[in-house]
Amino acid sequence: MNETPDDLKYSKSHEWVRVNDDGTVTIGVTDHAQAQLGDLVYVEVPDEGRELEAEEACAVVESVKAASDVYAPLAGTVAAANEALADTPEAVNNDAYGDGWLIRLKPADAAAVNALMSAAEYQAFVESE
Amino acid sequence: MLIFEHSKPGRRATAQAPFGEPAADDLPAALLRDDVPALPEVSEMQAVRHYTRLSQKNFSIDTNFYPLGSCTMKYNPRACNSLAMLPGFLARHPLAPASEGQGVLACLYELQEMLRDVTGMKAVSLTPAAGAQGEFAGVAMIRAYHQARADTARNEILVPDAAHGTNPATATMCGYKVREIPTDRNGDVDIEALRAAVGPHTAGIMLTNPSTLGVFERRIKEIAGIVHDAGGLLYYDGANLNAILGKVRPGDMGFDVIHMNLHKTFSTPHGGGGPGAGPVGVSERLQPFLPVPLVAFDGDEYRWVTEQDLPQSIGRLSAFMGNVGVLLRAYVYARLLGRDGMRRVAEFATLNANYLMKQLQNAGFDLAYPNRRATHEFIVTLKRQAREQHVTAMDFAKRLLDFGYHAPTTYFPLLVPECLLIEPTETETREELDGFVEAMKQIQEEAETNPALLHEAPHTQPVRRLDEVRAARELDVRWSNDR
Repeated sequence: MNETPDDLKYSKSHEWVRVNDDGTVTIGVTDHAQAQLGDLVYVEVPDEGRELEAEEACAVVESVKAASDVYAPLAGTVAAANEALADTPEAVNNDAYGDGWLIRLKPADAAAVNALMSAAEYQAFVESE
Repeated sequence: MLIFEHSKPGRRATAQAPFGEPAADDLPAALLRDDVPALPEVSEMQAVRHYTRLSQKNFSIDTNFYPLGSCTMKYNPRACNSLAMLPGFLARHPLAPASEGQGVLACLYELQEMLRDVTGMKAVSLTPAAGAQGEFAGVAMIRAYHQARADTARNEILVPDAAHGTNPATATMCGYKVREIPTDRNGDVDIEALRAAVGPHTAGIMLTNPSTLGVFERRIKEIAGIVHDAGGLLYYDGANLNAILGKVRPGDMGFDVIHMNLHKTFSTPHGGGGPGAGPVGVSERLQPFLPVPLVAFDGDEYRWVTEQDLPQSIGRLSAFMGNVGVLLRAYVYARLLGRDGMRRVAEFATLNANYLMKQLQNAGFDLAYPNRRATHEFIVTLKRQAREQHVTAMDFAKRLLDFGYHAPTTYFPLLVPECLLIEPTETETREELDGFVEAMKQIQEEAETNPALLHEAPHTQPVRRLDEVRAARELDVRWSNDR
């Protein structure tokens, strides 16, 4: 079974969200998603300052199997993007919840995160899929 | 081994060398190179052996069953090649006046007419030099149509997630935003989602019907109504035309524009990047925008239709008439089949697919859409095998090579996990299909008893499992002298 840390929130399109102390949120793809994709060979992240709507395609992860969009789990402004992934896309495979983070977002509505799934809910969702 | 690695300084294939001293007196000195190019220096026999060996490593439709889904790898009749290579066709100069090329123009005109008839469109242009260019031309015409009406707010193309993979790329290249439309549980377009998505921004929708899920889009008339009512146009991706050839016509379904892949449905050779042909057909409202040249016939003489005749044309897509050699092969193929033959193509393509689907289902494989009849192709999902035996669609695909079968399409469409998209085509015998089923059964047994056999496959090919990840991350396709 893939890892699903309890302190994160999850979306149906397989992104994880961590709420940081400064009010921003960090977003990446889940361990389950990276396992499904297989070894990544390319990651594209959005520019800093870009305004994202909820569920807007905001990054691309590409493996030898397929290229997939990553969707913003909540609306906000991109505060930082993990540019290092351009050279080390394998970080998403090796450390999905750490070095493999994709973007840091300043949410338009901090409460929006509460609508996302808990770890237990996400696990049940993955099994039902 | 590369031919460069056979090279020894001074070795020559003299039989091929031009007579006399080569001269390039009329080129400006600044453009002449100072040193000799790094070409391989080999004997004629070395060159022959090198390329013959390479050709023997080919896994091709001429040597093996090739059920690559959505690619329609069917037999390319030899008659098409022979006739397209008649000296009159081969030696014809593309700048020769139409009066001296009435024969070839007649063939092209008749091909236009046959494609128009079998697709139910108003007019056809043969000039796009490949399927991708045909798609580009198709969406460019949609754009030109809206612009000609000063309807410039339309900036969005809808693409169902079961559409052919090139569609979003084409729409983007034509300057459109792509909006994805989901598929419902049974493999049809989600009509409610479509209704919610259309509006004043809708330029059109790109559909593959049957879709890449190997099922016929049952509510196509309704879809056409919704998109047309919103002011958008319907684009038909001809990738899967083989399934409906001569049976149902995209024009009758309400499509405004269609491209055809002649290397699929009309059996011209599949490239390896070689020449292709992607003719486009249009409904009446897109006719003024067709790419030129076309061929016209006044009952007496054939002539080229150019920008002068079609001032609103999106223009030319390639030099001259696209790939005439490919068009001639398709022409011969169409003439060999005739109208009844085309219908049989679709009937046997779907019969073969449904037979193979049923046999694989009986052998215990899971179908992605078990309640749907297959079109010319269908999807097996190995999700269960991945979970229980830790073997993937890729492992099955690679192991099939050891049994002498080209792998089906893997991991496409993206909607179905661990999928094999299987398209047997109409030109395979029942024995060949049965052999494939036996191989699949044996591989399933191996998956249960000795999965390493699958993980390490292929075992019998010129190369073993390739490191695709490294190839993508550290792409290096250059050869240089100092290595």
